[in-house]
Amino acid sequence: MWHLLWPSGLLSFSFMQNAWMAGSAVAVVSAVVGFFVVLRGASFVAHAVPRGSFAGAAGAVLMGQSSLLGLGLFALLSSLGIALLGRRRRGAVATALVLVAALGLGDLFLSIGNVYAPEVFALLFGQVVGISRADVYFVGSLALAVVLVVAWLYRPLLMHSVSAEVAEVRGLRPVLLDGIFLLLVAAAATATVPVVGALLAFSLMVGPAAAASLLAKRPSTAVFLSIALALVSVWISLWLAYITSWPIGFYVSAWSLVAYLAVRLGQASRRGRTTLAQSDGALKTTTRGNFSG
Amino acid sequence: MGFWHVLWPTGLFSNAAVVTAFRIGSAVAVVNAVVGVFVVIRGQAFSGHALGDVGATGAAGAYLAGITALWGFLAAGFSSGMAIESLGHRVRERDVATGVVLAFMLGLSALFLYLISALTETSGAPIAILFGSLFTVAPGMTGYVLGLSLSALLLLGIIFRPLLFSSVTPDVARVRGVSPRLVGLLFMVSLVVAVEESALVVGALLSTALLIGPAAIATKLSRQPLTSMALAMAIGVFTTWLGIILAYDSFLWPPLNRGWPISFFITSLMLLSYLTVQIASGRQRRSNAATALTDFGNLSTEREAWW
Repeated sequence: MWHLLWPSGLLSFSFMQNAWMAGSAVAVVSAVVGFFVVLRGASFVAHAVPRGSFAGAAGAVLMGQSSLLGLGLFALLSSLGIALLGRRRRGAVATALVLVAALGLGDLFLSIGNVYAPEVFALLFGQVVGISRADVYFVGSLALAVVLVVAWLYRPLLMHSVSAEVAEVRGLRPVLLDGIFLLLVAAAATATVPVVGALLAFSLMVGPAAAASLLAKRPSTAVFLSIALALVSVWISLWLAYITSWPIGFYVSAWSLVAYLAVRLGQASRRGRTTLAQSDGALKTTTRGNFSG
Repeated sequence: MGFWHVLWPTGLFSNAAVVTAFRIGSAVAVVNAVVGVFVVIRGQAFSGHALGDVGATGAAGAYLAGITALWGFLAAGFSSGMAIESLGHRVRERDVATGVVLAFMLGLSALFLYLISALTETSGAPIAILFGSLFTVAPGMTGYVLGLSLSALLLLGIIFRPLLFSSVTPDVARVRGVSPRLVGLLFMVSLVVAVEESALVVGALLSTALLIGPAAIATKLSRQPLTSMALAMAIGVFTTWLGIILAYDSFLWPPLNRGWPISFFITSLMLLSYLTVQIASGRQRRSNAATALTDFGNLSTEREAWW
């Protein structure tokens, strides 16, 4: 029994050590960028950029280049495309069009290249076993860079995400901040896709941050809570994926939904109780008023 | 090879697969154009795309359970659509709710596809499920596709006035006794039927392209809802035909001589058209800069102008 829960090699195999390290870096970067994603209501962008970057990876494999190069390039191109097309409140439409165009290209690359199917599967759904030490360094440094940029620009990004109008009045440039936000999403996508896969990279950005934003009263608390939730989610998922050999993306996305639903339900029941208490109080006041009148 | 030869290649209509593609492609394009105009006005592009993606989960689940793919698509679509609608009925929560539901369904499809490849040792299934193709549609599906298209259009026709009302001015609609919640729910039903039916026959990728692309271009060209719908239909059908013809041509193209995927043609045509319209409307707006006041008023009157 104990052996089932704590199988040998969980921490000692070198590929598992790589997975723990890369997974933790990915959790931190997704949670930090995800906080802004949720605040801005930009889940679609967070879904589209990693998904579009898949096409780049397929193209890079076709040309015999490293798939990371293709991932990064297409993540960058998708977010630039969304930034350029998505002005004037048509963000979602622009995101959809850029996404389908990138996927159409990916379909073309796949059909020309005859890419080996398990490789496509790994790019789409993540491959924990395949992470090398070099990948760990790459993911780690990219994550560090994103976290440093966010720490540096935290206040303007926050203000712009909460209210673009106020930020503009305060002398911040909205176009520039939109661009920086999209670049951060692109960097986070490039770091996350090799580990969790193109389809599920965004579940780590959306789930923990959404739950944290509902729970926390202050923005900075929400950021740290979101990091904590994402780390726990990745660690549990790695452990379960190792035991069951099911794809890690399934566990990550399932935990996202569970965390979000738990917080939503908790809030709904608390809100139900407060409104009941309030109406109770109101009732008492009116009855008292009636009596005294 | 002359220009006309490209647009009218020999043997185009004597190929049974191409004829089926023309028929089904046109039906899908028409339904998606009409539903898509509402999707664009209501700002539900993410939900529309997500419903196409979750179809893959349904397909994989149906494959595992050994039932017809159509029921898998519809089951996944309805459960996700209802989850999105009930978790995200407030605008502020809709984006995140859609994201979390979509993420879960994609995670589930990762699991299903893993189980399929582990149990049946076929590794091609994931790609076939994730990227459908118009040329691999079974001709027997035509009846189902037409039936589902018609029922989605019928439902849309029944709720047309209140839907338009509550999409454009929700507050006024509420005062007049239209329940935005009920209308939103009914619209979600017709969206699910339209999207799942097209995800089944043309794949999730083309389903999003045909839902959002023509409607996005058409609503830029005209502010009248009915005109937009007619325009979107024309754009959708025309792009699909052009895509089919180019894909048919591409069987003679390098590097493989076995054809480029049709989704590549349709999606890039959509993006190019949208880009053209955007640039043209930007230029027009700049040339109108002398009448700066109207331009300033545009943003606020954009929604009222639908009436």
